[in-house]
Amino acid sequence: MLLLLLGQSDHTTHTGEQSDMKNCNYQQIDPKALPMAVPSQSHPPSQHEVQEKEERQPENERRKPRRKWQVFPGKNRFFCDGRIIVARKSGVLPLTLGLILVTTGLFFVFDCPFLVQHLTVCIPVIGGVLFVFVLTTLLQTTLSDPGILPRATPDEAADIEKQIDESGSTGHQSPPRTREVVINGQVVKLKYCSTCKMFRPPRTTHCRVCDNCVERFDHHCPWVGNCVGKRNYRFFYSFIVSLSFHTAFIFGCVTTHLALRAQGGKGLVFALQKSPGRYPLHGESSISFTFFNSFMSYHADPILSLTVPFTAVELLICFLSVWSIVGLSGFHTYLVASNQTTNEDIKGSWSGKSGGETVINPYSHRNICKNCCSTLCGPMPPSLIDRRGFLPEDGCVQTGAGDLELPALTTGNDTNVCTQGTKGLLESAARSPLLSSSCPQGKPQPVQASTNNHLIVNSDPSLELSNICATTHSTTHSSPPRQTQAHSPPPRRTKTHSPPPRRTKTHSPPPRRTKTHSSRKKKPSTVHIPDPGSGDPAPPTSANAHHQHHHHHHHNRSKSRGVSPRH
Amino acid sequence: MAETHSLQELQTPPASSKIFIQRDYGSGTFCRFHTKLPSELESRVDKQQFEETMQTLNNLYAEAEKLGGRSYLEGCLACLTAYTVFLCLETHYEKVLKKISRYIKDQNEKIYAPRGLLLTDPIERGLRVLEITIFEDRSIGSSR
Repeated sequence: MLLLLLGQSDHTTHTGEQSDMKNCNYQQIDPKALPMAVPSQSHPPSQHEVQEKEERQPENERRKPRRKWQVFPGKNRFFCDGRIIVARKSGVLPLTLGLILVTTGLFFVFDCPFLVQHLTVCIPVIGGVLFVFVLTTLLQTTLSDPGILPRATPDEAADIEKQIDESGSTGHQSPPRTREVVINGQVVKLKYCSTCKMFRPPRTTHCRVCDNCVERFDHHCPWVGNCVGKRNYRFFYSFIVSLSFHTAFIFGCVTTHLALRAQGGKGLVFALQKSPGRYPLHGESSISFTFFNSFMSYHADPILSLTVPFTAVELLICFLSVWSIVGLSGFHTYLVASNQTTNEDIKGSWSGKSGGETVINPYSHRNICKNCCSTLCGPMPPSLIDRRGFLPEDGCVQTGAGDLELPALTTGNDTNVCTQGTKGLLESAARSPLLSSSCPQGKPQPVQASTNNHLIVNSDPSLELSNICATTHSTTHSSPPRQTQAHSPPPRRTKTHSPPPRRTKTHSPPPRRTKTHSSRKKKPSTVHIPDPGSGDPAPPTSANAHHQHHHHHHHNRSKSRGVSPRH
Repeated sequence: MAETHSLQELQTPPASSKIFIQRDYGSGTFCRFHTKLPSELESRVDKQQFEETMQTLNNLYAEAEKLGGRSYLEGCLACLTAYTVFLCLETHYEKVLKKISRYIKDQNEKIYAPRGLLLTDPIERGLRVLEITIFEDRSIGSSR
């Protein structure tokens, strides 16, 4: 998209020619749709700017155009040239994947042959379908953009700072870094994010692990190694629901397998076909009976010696995890039905009273069906961060060598060429949403070492991860249940090995279940990264001094990350 | 001399300022922008015209985010295929975004550019703000 430029290059134009300029510029508007398609075109040489352009052109030819993901400021990693995005810290995703793959693998190797032989061929088919579903949804949850909000451009940030200063000077009662909006009759406070330099939209939270503001932030899940937000909540929900079915299915099959083995194979099946009711295969008594018989037959039959231990392992894993997974699914089903996020549920945003008035959830459609549909089947919002767009080339070399995003001139008019130059500068200003320190004004800036942001060494303490694992939001459920809807208190929470220092509110600490962490399968203890609040109020920078602003921004980031500013 | 002059032109900041139309969250997290004409533009563009542009934009965004039969169908189909359709097909939302960008370009050409304004598509700002760049007319010598 081109900019229309007026009043530029008056060394070549008179007033009369300006309208020609405008007309020419109209025709040069790039008709391509945004935001992805940004043509990178080389700038045609001109008499006026021959020095400038010829200096730049060889550079452009030498260097490849850079994509926006390469300068993305958050803590994310990108693969496949920006198509895939993951959080920098993958958490315990390898463990999740490993457990799923190993258990399913054992199931197919040790249980399926027997069950196919004795029962039906549908069993591996169903198992396979469930497994594929689980894996697909897990990968989609992990590898997709959860709904990251791009950071404010310097102009936006300056505008907001100005507004804050103005409101501060008039002596507003509310703290300057919050804004209040009324949504469907409910007062909601919007907080200012000092990292992203903007007022966060409702339901948006800044994730400390990923260093991004995420829309409709649910939680940062270490089990999937990514935030769960607006865009990938439906993937996450599908993942845990399908995992519940998958776990339960394997559990059932394994129990059946052991029971059949214990009670004598073909003979039993034949008996079952005659009278299916006589030999119950499920229930506590049959399980212990099964184990007893399995152990007895273990000694009797060497073939069983390999199958039974592995099957027992599967059984143990499934038994321990099915409760947590099913519980988590139940909890999230409740959240979906009431159109809340985990974050809001933990904080108790929409329950109880605030200042003597009952608060209601302003986002709920007051209809369970509609809530479910809007969360899970609603339109899929697009990714706002435009990972694969090209970086514009502007006067600020800090953006690196992007191609000049100027159209090929059809007219060799000097006027147009001159306007092209400044046009390009302005266009770069308009088209740099991700560059928090891009220079909008074409001042020659010192070369910024605009190396890939995602290569920044994460200096956050590794302890953070253990803290994340440890902090859960169980305690909200140890308090009297606010939710009136019937849902089993999610047992998956607070599987903390030791009561860690809680980063969330003051609740009674003790975990309800103290199962060992290692034997746990995929128990996504949903972790809440609490809203850091308004953060450090950054001292307002002068809107004019872009350079200083840039320095300040880097300084701020380095403060929070402990990385020395890159200049 | 001319070259030096052009160099100066490039290096001195072009005379423009930006104003931002913020999101209107009064009806929830749906994408809506305030339709009120900012005071800085009062001299530049007709209030009616501006409000009409904003209202049309809001309607387009509402169309993109509408919860209706079509979106539910899309959602259910996606769920059944483990959301792999999102990798292949363009969603309704994306189609409407393209429509929006065409509309903005059209409005820029017809209405705003002659008045020295430029609307930037909100998607380029993460749907946070609608950025309006105001260009100064140097040849006339006015300044803001």
